[in-house]
Amino acid sequence: MNEATVTIKNRAGIHARPAALIVQTASKYSSKIWLEKDSDRINAKSIMGIITLGASFGTPIRIISDGSDEEAATAAILALFESKFEED
Amino acid sequence: MATKDEKRFTVLDLLDLDLKEQNALNLRCIGGRKGLPRVITTPDLNRPGLALSGFYESFAWQRLQIFGRGENAYLKMLAEEGKTEVLEKLFTYPMPCCIFTHNLAPNREFFDSAEAADCPILQTDLSSSELSSRVLRVLSDIFSPQTTLHGVLVEVYGIGILLSGDSGVGKSETALELVERGHRLVADDVVEIRCVNGSILMGQGANKVIGHHMEIRGLGIINVTHLFGVGAIRDKKQIQLVCGLEEWDANKVYDRIGTEEMTTEILGVRVPKLEIPVKPGRNIPIIIETAAMNERLKKMGYHSAQEFNQNVLRWLESENARALYFNRDDYL
Repeated sequence: MNEATVTIKNRAGIHARPAALIVQTASKYSSKIWLEKDSDRINAKSIMGIITLGASFGTPIRIISDGSDEEAATAAILALFESKFEED
Repeated sequence: MATKDEKRFTVLDLLDLDLKEQNALNLRCIGGRKGLPRVITTPDLNRPGLALSGFYESFAWQRLQIFGRGENAYLKMLAEEGKTEVLEKLFTYPMPCCIFTHNLAPNREFFDSAEAADCPILQTDLSSSELSSRVLRVLSDIFSPQTTLHGVLVEVYGIGILLSGDSGVGKSETALELVERGHRLVADDVVEIRCVNGSILMGQGANKVIGHHMEIRGLGIINVTHLFGVGAIRDKKQIQLVCGLEEWDANKVYDRIGTEEMTTEILGVRVPKLEIPVKPGRNIPIIIETAAMNERLKKMGYHSAQEFNQNVLRWLESENARALYFNRDDYL
């Protein structure tokens, strides 16, 4: 189990394109990966799930991964958030 | 499974609820707007008659306060007698809100005291007893335990089926074909489940705005309502069967007979569960359809697998009896 917390740094929040990026990245890893906002936890390999979170600018998000490549998975998702999903 | 912590449910949320027909509360705020963010902590209501007459022991101020014709007439009498201290005392309690039924409006004094205490005053055209039963129904729904699961909820032949399984196993594709075949989509990917009355699991989409959309690999996001019509969707549905889709595993033993019932537990409620292995050449939507019909048959009291086995046993027994009869020594 590997965890990290990050706040959303791009102005538009997580809309369709960032969600697709997250899913693409998450799908490269065999670990189970979740994103958590408040008490809602969703699967990071599901586009509709991520969009449903309704994560807007400044929202804190917890990234949780569990599996053989959990550390690399968390780091890769974290890097995406930090890079503002190549936006702005 | 992530169980949601109790969310803060405010008076404003109560006003914002999109309730229809027999559930409509017809509430509107007529005063004390500043208090709308007050949190409703218990799914209960109270008629504040005793409190108004000055008896505050065990006063359930945490509940929604309902003012009907009787309470309003009493308030009017108090105002005529100039007893304003009653109101002052009443509003020292941080009640979530005061609801006036029968479209009654409180007098000036009550208004002013409520405004001063930032206690919202709501009004409805319903009668007190009707409002009470509706509020209890609505609040017990909201305060019921809930959770969010990853899966697709569809209605097939009237049976609510939750398709679960890992990403990429083909849940959405299965649901798409089911919708194509005339069944209904309730929620894709994120299913919010409430346990109503302690035994019924109600599933619905997590978000109305983006509900009834599906993500299909290769197509992207599609709007099911626009593509297949309103007949292809449903807002919520009771979950009566869980179908776990999983990649075919040659080493795993799958149920071949179906006489033993597997169940899974969601929010403490047991639901029948099937494990359905997926591999090329297996038409999953048709299997799901059959599972739904079989489930209906079971509900009507006919269990295919058990009935089949009973017949086999009966037949074996009669064969046995015949063999015994023909092999008797005195027969020869």
